[in-house]
Amino acid sequence: MIKIQGLIKEFQVKNKEKKTVTKRAVDNLSLNVRPGEIFGILGPNGAGKTTTIRMLTMETKPTLGEIYYNGESITQNPLEIKKLIGVVPQHINFDNDLTVGENMELHGRLHHMSSEKRKQRIQEMLEFVELGDTINRMPRSLSGGMKRRLLIARSLIHEPKILFMDEPTVALDPQVRRRIWDLIRSLAAKGTTVVITTHYIEEAEALCNRVAIVNKGKLIAIDTPEAFCNSLGRITVEWDDQEGHQYQFFESRQEAAAFAGTLEHGAHIRRTNLEDAFIELTGRKEGV
Amino acid sequence: MLQDICTVFWRDWVVLKRRLPKFILSRMVAPMLYLVAFGWGLGRNIQVGSGSYLDFLVPGIMALNSMNISYNSLTPLCTERIYHRSIGEYIIAPMHFNAFIIGKILAAVLRGLISSAIIMILALAFGANLNITPLFVGILILNCIIFAEVGFFAAMKMDSYEELSQVNTYVLLPMSFLCGTFFSTRTLPEVFRWFIDVLPLTHTSYLLRGISTQSPVALESVAVLAVYAIIGFILGNKAFRDQLK
Repeated sequence: MIKIQGLIKEFQVKNKEKKTVTKRAVDNLSLNVRPGEIFGILGPNGAGKTTTIRMLTMETKPTLGEIYYNGESITQNPLEIKKLIGVVPQHINFDNDLTVGENMELHGRLHHMSSEKRKQRIQEMLEFVELGDTINRMPRSLSGGMKRRLLIARSLIHEPKILFMDEPTVALDPQVRRRIWDLIRSLAAKGTTVVITTHYIEEAEALCNRVAIVNKGKLIAIDTPEAFCNSLGRITVEWDDQEGHQYQFFESRQEAAAFAGTLEHGAHIRRTNLEDAFIELTGRKEGV
Repeated sequence: MLQDICTVFWRDWVVLKRRLPKFILSRMVAPMLYLVAFGWGLGRNIQVGSGSYLDFLVPGIMALNSMNISYNSLTPLCTERIYHRSIGEYIIAPMHFNAFIIGKILAAVLRGLISSAIIMILALAFGANLNITPLFVGILILNCIIFAEVGFFAAMKMDSYEELSQVNTYVLLPMSFLCGTFFSTRTLPEVFRWFIDVLPLTHTSYLLRGISTQSPVALESVAVLAVYAIIGFILGNKAFRDQLK
């Protein structure tokens, strides 16, 4: 559905000496997103996740590389491709001079929806995110969680085939986060392809069919969360010693228990998770 | 394209409609002061040609006011771009970028014209003699377009309100006073006058005054304004596309 080939994005930035230097935010990224999957882009802050999403949604142009939707390059027919996509940005970007309903209306108009269809979809989507009674309120009067849900509702008005979500649960409390996860799962169940960026490992593990791990603009690895865990060993032994916090991975609980028995201090035996894979691959512990 | 222009215009119309009484009241203050201070006060005993100073003044005030209103109508785009980032909604939408620019300019023109209409009503109440023709309105629209484009360009290029206010201070404010609005540029030193005569507001002031006093229309001034409008649109388009870099 989406094919990215050799994507590079460079920015001109000023360094400490106030000299202009070129910074590569995304470095030769290539990957495919399959129809109907929840695809995660996982990486620490500054890994290039948002820049990648911005290029995929045509908010910014790649310095080099190609992006294809259903085999068609975004440079060939951007307006037609834009009709397919919905975007939930990381930054809450409502028009603060418009009410909730007017913001939704603006989105529907921008996607050339008929008046009748707009009215129906706005109501449906507000109900979907449980914000049906906020239509006449100003966005600034809503809580952080409500704004995030409203961003999702707005992005879905025109029934996009592909939904990009850039850190949709950042800075939200656990209850609201779970609620948004449920929304994302229900969208995927209806056949929407979801591309989600996150630096929350448990979010990627809970939601994504496949995950791309990125760091410093580069693709480190791409696989299913299970495959990442299995590649290390399904069971993890964790312990502390003079050298600090240690991990070792095993294929079975018996092997793990046998190894833990040889340790001087106590050890914790648990299932390997995506966080372990992330740390092994990136060599750092981020966003946990 | 037309549908997209209407959408962009619709957004600004919704906002303007909600604030219309405040907008009208606030737009009355500056022209009232100009008319009282320069028309009634300072200009009461001044004759310009065969008419009163008030008749001379009103077209100039309309020119400078439409300039200021059109420019300032689009400067909030700067905060929409940098802080609220609501411009992103338009960039990711399946619409032509030109539709966004034209829609915004039309909304600014509407504000400029409402403001001009207020001045016209006030001026008539103050006893001014005005000859308002379709060409007069056309020149006003052209002036609004040019300065809406300047506002659009500034909003796309400047990174703060402070920088935007510098355009007001160093560009618009001097033009407000020097471009044939309150007095004829013929009294200025030649080199200075040459510079002032190149500026669009000078052409607007003279054109509006000429039409108002039923003098022959300087077609070269209309052409100059049209060239400014075209250049302004090209620069605005480039500045908007630069957001994608």
